[in-house]
Amino acid sequence: MLRGRRRMECTLDAQSLISISLRKIHSSRTQRGGIKLHKNLLVSYVLRNARQLYLSERYAELYRRQQHYPDGAPLLAMPTCPPPAAAAPPELAALPLPADTQDREARSCGAARGGAELLEAPVCAVPPELQRAPCRDSSPGFYRAAGSAGPGGGGGAAPGPLYAAGCDFGSGGAPHCSSRTTVLDLDTHVVTTVENGYLHQDCCSQCPCCCQPAPGLASPPPAPGTKRKYYPGQEEEEEGVEEGEPGGGGVAGGPPFAPCTKRARFEEYSAEHPQDSSNISNLISIFGSGFTGLVSRQQADSEQPLNGQLCSKQALASLGAWTRAIVAF
Amino acid sequence: MAGAGGGNDIQWCFSQVKGAVDDDVAEADIISTVEFNHSGELLATGDKGGRVVIFQQEQENKTQSHSRGEYNVYSTFQSHEPEFDYLKSLEIEEKINKIRWLPQKNAAQFLLSTNDKTIKLWKISERDKRPEGYNLKEEDGRYRDPTTVTTLRVPVFRPMDLMVEASPRRIFANAHTYHINSISINSDYETYLSADDLRINLWHLEITDRSFNIVDIKPANMEELTEVITAAEFHPNSCSTFVYSSSKGTIRLCDMRASALCDRHSKLFEEPEDPSNRSFFSEIISSISDVKFSHSGRYMMTRDYLSVKIWDLNMENRPVETYQVHEYLRSKLCSLYENDCIFDKFECCWNGSDSIVMTGSYNNFFRMFDRNTKRDITLEASRENNKPRTVLKPRKVCASGKRKKDEISVDSLDFNKKILHTAWHPKENIIAVATTNNLYIFQDKMN
Repeated sequence: MLRGRRRMECTLDAQSLISISLRKIHSSRTQRGGIKLHKNLLVSYVLRNARQLYLSERYAELYRRQQHYPDGAPLLAMPTCPPPAAAAPPELAALPLPADTQDREARSCGAARGGAELLEAPVCAVPPELQRAPCRDSSPGFYRAAGSAGPGGGGGAAPGPLYAAGCDFGSGGAPHCSSRTTVLDLDTHVVTTVENGYLHQDCCSQCPCCCQPAPGLASPPPAPGTKRKYYPGQEEEEEGVEEGEPGGGGVAGGPPFAPCTKRARFEEYSAEHPQDSSNISNLISIFGSGFTGLVSRQQADSEQPLNGQLCSKQALASLGAWTRAIVAF
Repeated sequence: MAGAGGGNDIQWCFSQVKGAVDDDVAEADIISTVEFNHSGELLATGDKGGRVVIFQQEQENKTQSHSRGEYNVYSTFQSHEPEFDYLKSLEIEEKINKIRWLPQKNAAQFLLSTNDKTIKLWKISERDKRPEGYNLKEEDGRYRDPTTVTTLRVPVFRPMDLMVEASPRRIFANAHTYHINSISINSDYETYLSADDLRINLWHLEITDRSFNIVDIKPANMEELTEVITAAEFHPNSCSTFVYSSSKGTIRLCDMRASALCDRHSKLFEEPEDPSNRSFFSEIISSISDVKFSHSGRYMMTRDYLSVKIWDLNMENRPVETYQVHEYLRSKLCSLYENDCIFDKFECCWNGSDSIVMTGSYNNFFRMFDRNTKRDITLEASRENNKPRTVLKPRKVCASGKRKKDEISVDSLDFNKKILHTAWHPKENIIAVATTNNLYIFQDKMN
C-alpha cells in the first residue's frame, strides 16, 4: 500500500505495467475469499492495453531499425525450415493477402483502438508513419503473436524465448504437452486441461492439423490463417520477408524462422530484463489479450480478413484456460 | 449549499465519532457498510470481521434543543462467520458487504446482511420485562427439588434492564457462485434481490430454499467475459423495476414484467467515452462502483472512480449531471494502480430531499454536491475537529502549481485513509461517514 506521503510518480512503462498486472493476478489467487472476478477482469484490461503498447513499441523499434538498415541483414532471408504446406488447410490459399506492406504493418502494429491513442502518448516514441496508420484493430497482429506461441513453440524451433521461456515447450520433442494445468469451472464443475497454455479440447476441435505431432518438422504446422509467427526477436525477419515476398508470405506454412539466428537476435532484446521477460512472456502467451470477449468485440467493429479471425480464434483458445483458472481459484 | 429547509448553506458540525482511537487498525474492525433505517432512528454498520453494530438515536432532549439526539450503541452481534467451501477449496470471507433495513412493521426491527455468499435476515427485538416467580426454577435458572415446593404462585412479568436481542430468522444460502455485491429490498416489502458478479437472484423474504434467477450475464464461454455486474437496486416505487450497473460503465434498467429472465434490458444508460481521456486505465475508472436511486425514483446516481453522475431515467444517452470528485487523481492513475487504490469501490448517497449528493474520497475527505446551487464542498473526517458543534472547515486539494495556505497538495494525500461508505439520514441533515475503522456522525448546525 502506498505509505501516505510518498510522491505519486510512476513511469508509464508498458513492460513494468505488464509485470505489475501479472503479479496482481498471481497474488489474487492466494487472497482470502477467493479470486475476485471483477478485479481480475479489470487487470486484464490493463494488461491488454499495456501489451498493445508494448507490441507497438516493438514494431516501432523494428521500423526504426529498418529505416537504418534498408537492405536488411542476410539473416532476414528465407526461413530455413521448409513450409509444411501439406498440413495447411487448403482454403488458406484463397485468402486475400494484403499486398501492401504498410497496411500489414499497420494492422500488426497495435493500432487497435486503445493502441492508437497509446501510440500518441508521449511515452511511446512512434515514427509518424505508424501514427498515420489507420485506426483499425490489430487483432490479427497480436493474436497471431499470442497464438503462435502455442503451436509455434511446440516443435524443435523453440523460438522467441520471450514467449516460450517458462512454458517449457521442449526442444525437438513432443509438440504441446510439456506443461499441463488443470482448471475447474466453478459453475459447471467442468475440469479442463491446459497444455502449454493451450486449451486441449478447443485446440483440437478447431485445428486438427496442429494437434497431430509432426516429428519431421522443425516446427509444427502453423495455425490456420497464420501468415507468419511473431516473436520479438523475429521482427526483422518479418519485415524482411514482407519485403521479399509481398504477396506470398508464408501463408501456407510460414514457418517461422531459423532458430539459431532468432535466438541470437532475441538475446539482444531481452538482455535488459531477462527475468521479467520470461515471466511476462510466459503469461502473455497464456493470457493472450485478456478475455476473448475483448477481442471479439473489437473484431465486430472492424473488417477483419478471414485469416485474421481464424487465427485469433485459434490463438485465443489458450485464454479460456486462463479465465477458467481465474474463476476456479 | 442550500439546506433542506431554506436558502442558507448547511454548516456541518462534528457530532460524534465511534470506534478505536488507535492508529493501528485491526483488520476485523474495518467498516465495510453503513446504513440508516427508514426512520433514521437506527444506524447500522458492518465490518470485515462479520459483526454488525447498531446505534440508536436518543430521544430528543428538551433541554438540549440545539442538537439532535446522539447515537449510542444499541446492539452488537456476529452476523457472519468465516466459512470454507470444501468442494471448491475456497475460503468465504465473513466481511459484511451490505446491510439493508426492512421497514418496521411491529415492535421488532429487521435487517438483511450479506457477505460474499450468504444473506441473513436478522430480527432485532427488545426485551425489557422478564417473568419472575417460577415454582420449579430458582431465579438463576437452576431447577428446584420438587419435594421442597410447598406453595404455588403465578409467575409475573417484572421490568428488567433493556436487553436487545438479535436472532437470525432466515438464512438465504447457496444461491451465488460469485461474490455478492448488492442486496436490495423491493418496494413490495416481500421480495428482495441479491446480485453477484454475473447473476441477480430474486428472493421472497419468507422462503429460503429457493430463489429465482432474473439476470444472468455469464457467457456460455467464460473466455468471452467482458463485463461483470457491480451493483443492483430496486426502484423505490415501482416493484417490477430494478437497475444494475456494470464494470463497463453502463447501467441497465429491467422490468420483471417483460420476461422471467431479464437478460434483455428495457433501458441502457451509457455515456460515450471521451477519447481524449483514454489511458491504460480507462476501463478501470469507468467501472461503476455504486448505483442509487433518488428517493423520488426519477433519477439515479452512479459512482465511478473519479466522478458521480446523475441520470434521468427518461434519458439513456448521457447523464444529466456529472460531478468530479477528485479529478486531480487522473494524472496519478498509474501509481493508484500499483498500490491497488484504483480498485477502491466508493459509494454514494442522496440526502432526503434529493437535492444534495455525497460521496467519499481519500485522506478522509468526503464531498457533497448541491444539485441546485451547483456548489460543492470538501470536508474531512478527523478526530482533530472533535469538539461537538465545531463547524467543519472546508478543505481544498491543490492539484498543481502554487499551493495556497490551507490547501493540501495531491502528493500529500494519505491514500490509506479512504472514505468508501457514507450514509445520509432519510429526513434530517445528519450524516454518517465511515473512515477505515471509525464512524463519524456530523449534523448541521442548528440555530
